[in-house]
Amino acid sequence: MSNAIEARGLQRRYPTDGPPVRAVDGVDLVVEEGESVSVMGPSGCGKSTLLHLLGGLERPDAGELYLGGRRVDGLSEAAWAVLRRRAVGFVFQAFHLVDELTSVENVELPALLVGAPRRDARRRAMDLLERLGVAERAGHLPDRLSGGERQRVAVARALVNQPLVVLADEPTGNLDSHATGDILRLFADLHEARQALLIVTHDARVASTADRLLTMRDGAIVAQTRLGQGTPAAGVLARLADLGGEG
Amino acid sequence: MRDVMLSLLAKEPAHGYELRQRLEGALGPAGGALNPGQVYVTLSRLERAGLVEAREVAQPSHPDKKVYELTAAGRERVQQWLTDVTWSKVAPLEFHLKLVAAAATRLADPVALVDAQRLELLRELRQLQELALAEAPDSDGALLLEGASLRLQADIRWLELCERRWVERESR
Repeated sequence: MSNAIEARGLQRRYPTDGPPVRAVDGVDLVVEEGESVSVMGPSGCGKSTLLHLLGGLERPDAGELYLGGRRVDGLSEAAWAVLRRRAVGFVFQAFHLVDELTSVENVELPALLVGAPRRDARRRAMDLLERLGVAERAGHLPDRLSGGERQRVAVARALVNQPLVVLADEPTGNLDSHATGDILRLFADLHEARQALLIVTHDARVASTADRLLTMRDGAIVAQTRLGQGTPAAGVLARLADLGGEG
Repeated sequence: MRDVMLSLLAKEPAHGYELRQRLEGALGPAGGALNPGQVYVTLSRLERAGLVEAREVAQPSHPDKKVYELTAAGRERVQQWLTDVTWSKVAPLEFHLKLVAAAATRLADPVALVDAQRLELLRELRQLQELALAEAPDSDGALLLEGASLRLQADIRWLELCERRWVERESR
């Protein structure tokens, strides 16, 4: 099985008046197919820049990057554009939906761009909207949707081409807990679809659902931990049911 | 309280009044609510338990004072306490004092303690969410789980503030 994402010594510097700032400073990272990884760290630690590098929105100054086993750090802008459409799904806090298109048209657009038959694209788009609980909003323009609904449409759009990798930057930024729950459930389904998921987030609920947690500080990954095992549910429940006292 | 007093002694031996001052310094305004007698009661209990030793020190113009020192068993217990990630009911107070003690004694890295603690709480949050997803959303059980989850999220957010503070202090 090949790794969905593999980065070696990834580096990105930003020029300043003084010495350049190392936003991402030598990151080594492997995300396997079907694995979800959350990235936490204080503001300015480089986590969003890392996500941009992994999705080809920015280019590294040094290091190697492989997506699905293929080396991509030297690709041209045009080659990246094609790769992104097929292999990478993005979810941003600000949604980035096309205002003039309805929900379902927004979702099917990436499928049409890679040449999917119209009927097939529509069916996949409707399936996803249904799973995210916004099927009845399919014919609405984005400005008629709530923030939670817009983000669910944006998540559906990111998934419509069944990308190898889904990259999410604060996907639940302004959502209430109901909308967040729907998105987390969908992310959990990605597992079964063998898609890799990397989520940059401040939201502890979102971070805790991943298989693995990365902690970043000053452009570097300072800790990598598996979240899967740990406190057994029995312990959590015992604390929840602890009324104190002996009787 | 016992663990807190022990950790305050881990840096160097001290007498009761010094310990009270250290504790009040770490607590800020909350230190005013401290019962001063509790410090001395706790010290004598620790002495009986063999975790500290007291020695009389003569002072020229004042009565003798008792200086307390950790025993080997006391030192071992401090080490255990610092790295225990059980999130007790008295958190965040106890955890706050743990960080202060870790920094003062250099027995543990405060930022590493924050990382370990956050990981533990994230795991617990994950369990709560799994339990919540299995419940009907409008059930009483789901509402209770939501309450527990919100409290954990607040604790985790506070740990992020701890992280920022102690990273800054260490880089100075």
